[in-house]
Amino acid sequence: MIIVENLVKKFKTGDSELIALKGVSFKVAEGQFLAITGKSGSGKSTLLYQMGALDFPTNGSVYIDGKDIVKMGNRERTELRLMELGYVFQDYALLPELTAVENVMAPLMMQGAPKKQARMISEESLRKVGLEHKLYNKPSQLSGGEQQRVSIARAIGHNPKIIFADEPTANLDSETSKIVLDIFLGLHKKGQTIVMVTHESEYAVLAERIIRLSDGEIISDEKNKQ
Amino acid sequence: MTIIKKVNKPPLIIPLRLGFFLAKRQIIRGNIWTTILIIMVMSLTFINLIFIGGILTGIIESSSVSNRQLYSGDVIISALSKKPYIENSPAVISMVKALPWTEAVSYRFVSSGVIEANYKNKTDLSELSEEAGGLVAGIDPEVEDAVTGLAGKIIEGKYLDSDDTEFILVGADKFFKYTPIDTPSMQNLKNTGVGDKVRVSVAGRTKEFTIKGIVRSKVGEVDNRIFMISSSLRDMAGRSDNSVNEIILKLKDGADPAVAQSALLAAGAGKWGKVQTWEESQPKFLKDIKGTFTILGDIVGSIGLVVASITIFIVIFINAITRRKFIGIMKGIGINSFAIEFSYVLQSLFYAGIGTAVGLSILFFALVPYFVSHPVNFPFSDGVLAVTWKGALIRAAFLMTASLIAGYIPAKLVIRQNTLDAILGR
Ligand SMILES: Nc1ncnc2c1ncn2[C@@H]1O[C@H](COP(=O)(O)OP(=O)(O)O)[C@@H](O)[C@H]1O
Ligand SMILES: [Mg+2]
Repeated sequence: MIIVENLVKKFKTGDSELIALKGVSFKVAEGQFLAITGKSGSGKSTLLYQMGALDFPTNGSVYIDGKDIVKMGNRERTELRLMELGYVFQDYALLPELTAVENVMAPLMMQGAPKKQARMISEESLRKVGLEHKLYNKPSQLSGGEQQRVSIARAIGHNPKIIFADEPTANLDSETSKIVLDIFLGLHKKGQTIVMVTHESEYAVLAERIIRLSDGEIISDEKNKQ
Repeated sequence: MTIIKKVNKPPLIIPLRLGFFLAKRQIIRGNIWTTILIIMVMSLTFINLIFIGGILTGIIESSSVSNRQLYSGDVIISALSKKPYIENSPAVISMVKALPWTEAVSYRFVSSGVIEANYKNKTDLSELSEEAGGLVAGIDPEVEDAVTGLAGKIIEGKYLDSDDTEFILVGADKFFKYTPIDTPSMQNLKNTGVGDKVRVSVAGRTKEFTIKGIVRSKVGEVDNRIFMISSSLRDMAGRSDNSVNEIILKLKDGADPAVAQSALLAAGAGKWGKVQTWEESQPKFLKDIKGTFTILGDIVGSIGLVVASITIFIVIFINAITRRKFIGIMKGIGINSFAIEFSYVLQSLFYAGIGTAVGLSILFFALVPYFVSHPVNFPFSDGVLAVTWKGALIRAAFLMTASLIAGYIPAKLVIRQNTLDAILGR
């Protein structure tokens, strides 16, 4: 369960101040697939980074399983990201000199898994996203969609509580985007909590719940009635 | 699926293992030309740490070696100060010959003299003839050659035979051709060479000789001298006794000159002459230059070490900066800073280690042999590259330590930057 409470994020640029989040509050139940949507610049990514312990808000709190992550120190947040959270970025964010399987292995090894075990889990993860035939390809030898699937495999390898995805389909064509979303839907079906940011409403509507942002404020919050 | 959850503080082995995992792949899968370039820079930096110091030491060392070989032998006995020669010379010589370590002994009569040339071509008396002063040494050519190898240092003409009463050898410093210095205090012969007749004056007596050969060894004590067979010199100096001025002792391989020296002193040789090891008899200027060059070599080496550190710093810094985004991603997905730092330290150690190994090979298998066969031509020695494995390894250890620090700092600088900024490249 995630509780976002009165979240404010201000950016100072020179003399002017920009308020990217103007006191946002909502809750995400366990197992929910939430899409955050809105126009470019509405504050979607900013919100996701605050929720995902990648940034510190100006004000407000984010509770993950009852703990306020805003009050955590850097070390504790790193530990939290490693153990409990998974990330999928728009540009895949893979390490270029590691193969697909090694990219998935790295965080597992950091968790203390022996190399063999990390490799086994990683291969299993990659199989789940349909990449069992590209285990030893480096990112440069994979298509965009395949790279994004590797990054999803990395995000789910350690069974995280929550997956955060920032525009995971923005760099992909519609066919590949579909594949990626199908993976998310499949994970959701098995009970995975997912928070996905997307400006493409055709993908947002596939989620269980849609929060619309405009100018740093929630303008709508609706359950998908499918 | 088994997942290890909640390790509060990861045991050290985990980040170390992951750091190794990352470093290995960054090196192997990185650009091969970049790797080669970095290793080349490192090996040149390492050679630079050693080269200048090695050349400076080499100049002095080969000068010492020549001095020992051609002039002093392993142990030299000379006249006590204010005495004209070694007293009781025959007794001292038998003492020396009786030592168990002695391989060969040579002895020299030495007297100051003047050499004069071109006196026959003078058309009028106001014209000056060529003249040069110096020490005249009377030797037994065969014995001297056995001890010092003097015959090998003849650069023009021929070496003396035992019955060459009418011939002399002259050191190269006495010829303008070989030593182009001409000052009132150091005069030399300009239009004279092998085969020419010259006059040598010793103790008020003058005799005509023919120059049979010219000696050049780069040892001052040798190149400044005029050599003739001992009987010629003894006749001229009017010395009928058997007293000599220098006794040169060549020891068997592995014998310690200091031990031979103490044995001679214990036998009482110190009463008759000054007994010195080759080291003690070295000219003071050599000892002084040796000290100065050691300091110079250390300074150049220290500067080299600083340059090496800066090089590694820049290499790792650029490497880390260009990978700033990926470092951000790693931190973003929960890989701790220590593992990332360790991967960079390993990389800099790898570059420094391979660079040093390449540098050592170039040094010992290319440069040292090269300088042995092509010594640098210095006025007072044939310079070689003097490096020892010990000295090289100490510098290698310095370089590795410097790399460790110079690799860690830039990695730390980049890694401690804001994670999100790094991921987003802003
Ligand atoms: N680091 C930053 N410094 C200054 N302004 C920022 C920064 N990050 C985001 N912003 C601003 O905050 C607003 C929200 O940005 P963002 O969350 O990236 O929007 P979205 O992801 O919805 O496109 C935008 O106006 C953006 O320019
Ligand atoms: Mg965005």
